Amino acid sequence: MIQTPISPVLEVSGLKKYFPIYGKGILQRQIGDVKAVDDVSFTLAAGETLGLVGESGCGKTTIGRCLARVYQPSQGELLYHQPDGQVRDLAKLNRGQLKPIRRQVRMIFQDPFSSLNPRMTVLDIVGDPLKVHNVCSGKELEDRVANLLERVGLRGEYMRRYPHAFSGGQRQRIGIARALALDPRLIICDEAVSALDVSVRAQILNLLLDLRQDFNLTYLFISHDLSVVEYIADRVAVMYVGRLVEVAKTRELYTNPQHPYTEALLSAVPNPDPDRRSQRIILEGEVADPSHPPSGCYFHPRCRYAQERCKVELPLLKTLADGRQAACHFAGELNLNGIRV
Amino acid sequence: MSDDLLLEIKGLKTQFFLDEGLVEAVNGVNLKIRRGATVGLVGESGCGKSVTAFSVLNLVTRPGRVVAGQILFHRTLATAAGGDARGAQVETIDLAALDPDGKQMSAVRGKEIAMIFQEPMVSLSMMHTIGFQIMEAILLHFDVSQQEARQRAIQILNKVGIPNAAERVDMYPFQLSGGMRQRAMIAMALSCNPTLLIADEPTTALDVTTQAQILELMLHLQKEFGMSILLITHDLGVVAETCDEVAVMYLGEVVEQGSVRQIFHSPAHPYTQALLNSIPKLGSSKAGRLTPIEGTVPDPYNRPTGCPFHPRCVRFIKDLCDQDNPPQIELNDGRSVRCWLHDPRQGVQS
Repeated sequence: MIQTPISPVLEVSGLKKYFPIYGKGILQRQIGDVKAVDDVSFTLAAGETLGLVGESGCGKTTIGRCLARVYQPSQGELLYHQPDGQVRDLAKLNRGQLKPIRRQVRMIFQDPFSSLNPRMTVLDIVGDPLKVHNVCSGKELEDRVANLLERVGLRGEYMRRYPHAFSGGQRQRIGIARALALDPRLIICDEAVSALDVSVRAQILNLLLDLRQDFNLTYLFISHDLSVVEYIADRVAVMYVGRLVEVAKTRELYTNPQHPYTEALLSAVPNPDPDRRSQRIILEGEVADPSHPPSGCYFHPRCRYAQERCKVELPLLKTLADGRQAACHFAGELNLNGIRV
Repeated sequence: MSDDLLLEIKGLKTQFFLDEGLVEAVNGVNLKIRRGATVGLVGESGCGKSVTAFSVLNLVTRPGRVVAGQILFHRTLATAAGGDARGAQVETIDLAALDPDGKQMSAVRGKEIAMIFQEPMVSLSMMHTIGFQIMEAILLHFDVSQQEARQRAIQILNKVGIPNAAERVDMYPFQLSGGMRQRAMIAMALSCNPTLLIADEPTTALDVTTQAQILELMLHLQKEFGMSILLITHDLGVVAETCDEVAVMYLGEVVEQGSVRQIFHSPAHPYTQALLNSIPKLGSSKAGRLTPIEGTVPDPYNRPTGCPFHPRCVRFIKDLCDQDNPPQIELNDGRSVRCWLHDPRQGVQS
């Protein structure tokens, strides 16, 4: 059972992000919207890791960017609970008001090659947030950067080097050091380990787990890799075409999914055990187009349990008896298969 | 059974002569592929998986070159109707010795050995319809008319599960989704009935549900066409689900080759063991921390002396592993491994 989070860090409710589509004529009238994120609500409790999974184009990254206010949400509230107890709605703050909060909400990006400026030294990259927020400068800044680098497993003297002198895993460590520079509370990890080789991926995952402990961090861990999410997340939210279809504690979601999409997704993950070749559920067709989603439940054209009702009525995310949530008309009634433990 | 073999790679060395230095991308690879088998070639980026595949097709271009080794392709000569491979006459050719632009190589490449690539958007020509691209291969290798080639293209598009193939045949790659493009690539590769299909990370760019569709399709088509597949991937899950045999590569060498069960249940090489311990397995969450492999893959310009894995190996033996590169050792259970721990003279068994 999911307890009501004692101290939420962020409460997202009714978050929408639509990207307009313009016509071709001279007037360039708006002819539609890509509903990248459509009415998403969830809570992040202090110290927890929420995994956000789904296929490409489902809106995972857009949610992350709305939370960091890289994007201005189209609608919805992002209630951020500051350490002093004050609650601010991130969606309504302007640039100046956001600045102190940007110290506390940080991002780690997927591609360690394009997310570091090749013309800046590691000292500049990791020290930049400290300078922008006037935390320190000069010798103190260098000491602090050296400390941060050592904390993420790099040698302090590397700070004069440029990113090209580092391997992929080391660059990702630099990106993590940059995110840690201002004592953040919430870190949005957007496919943070997806570009890394398996042997290095484990190092970074373990580093993220250690840092969470030591700095009391909260993670929103966005990934398409269900095995990685299972390893790191306490709770998991599954997205399909801009909407959350299921939210539950990791183990419950993996062993006993309540949404047919979660079931199909889990069965599609290749298992590194030749004796457990899964009976895969092969989904027919393709992911729906978020600018022209199907009627009713967005998943119904591919769902093997779909009935008449699913074609007309859009199911909302409802809370089930045991505190977990699923957006399916038949949640709790279907006998779905999770993974065997 | 040696007469069962389709492809044998012996001591293959492919090197790139760059301004920055010599890159020994493939450094003495030995690999065997049996008829009808699916062999997985796994390893981390930069270990030489793709260069091995390119060497087989003689597609390595300057500044790279195959400098040593043999690639023996046991091709079945055309038989009378029925075409039973056992009774058919088998001719062995060394692909490494052929002229890359010569007639003989062109007859093999694309026809008997076909390849599919990771990123279909890059490897398909965006200027031509998928039908044109499939017909091109058919017209090159078979003596058929335009009309027949087109019919065949539609037929094969149907086989790979593209709906409305008769319409889609005239579409350009950008009009298709990622999964559909990869199906079109597979159709192109299969259009000439290859005996060996090399698939280089065929599902890496795809989502898991699409990946499941494509893998299912490949295995289904393999049964139908009876071809061998060399599946190159870094995803051990994909290997476990699809392959019969596995070859693990590290820094240009095959460090271990065996059946899929042997590799996953009792890996013999410390690198294979470490690799398997470092991946999260679905269903074993919170079973404990992952054990990463310390350090990083060495820079290709500065290969370590001795065994290439020794700087990261937990069972490294001083004055042996850092001096001499172990030979390929055949174990009793039929697999081969390159590690001193398994050398009978060392007396140290795992």
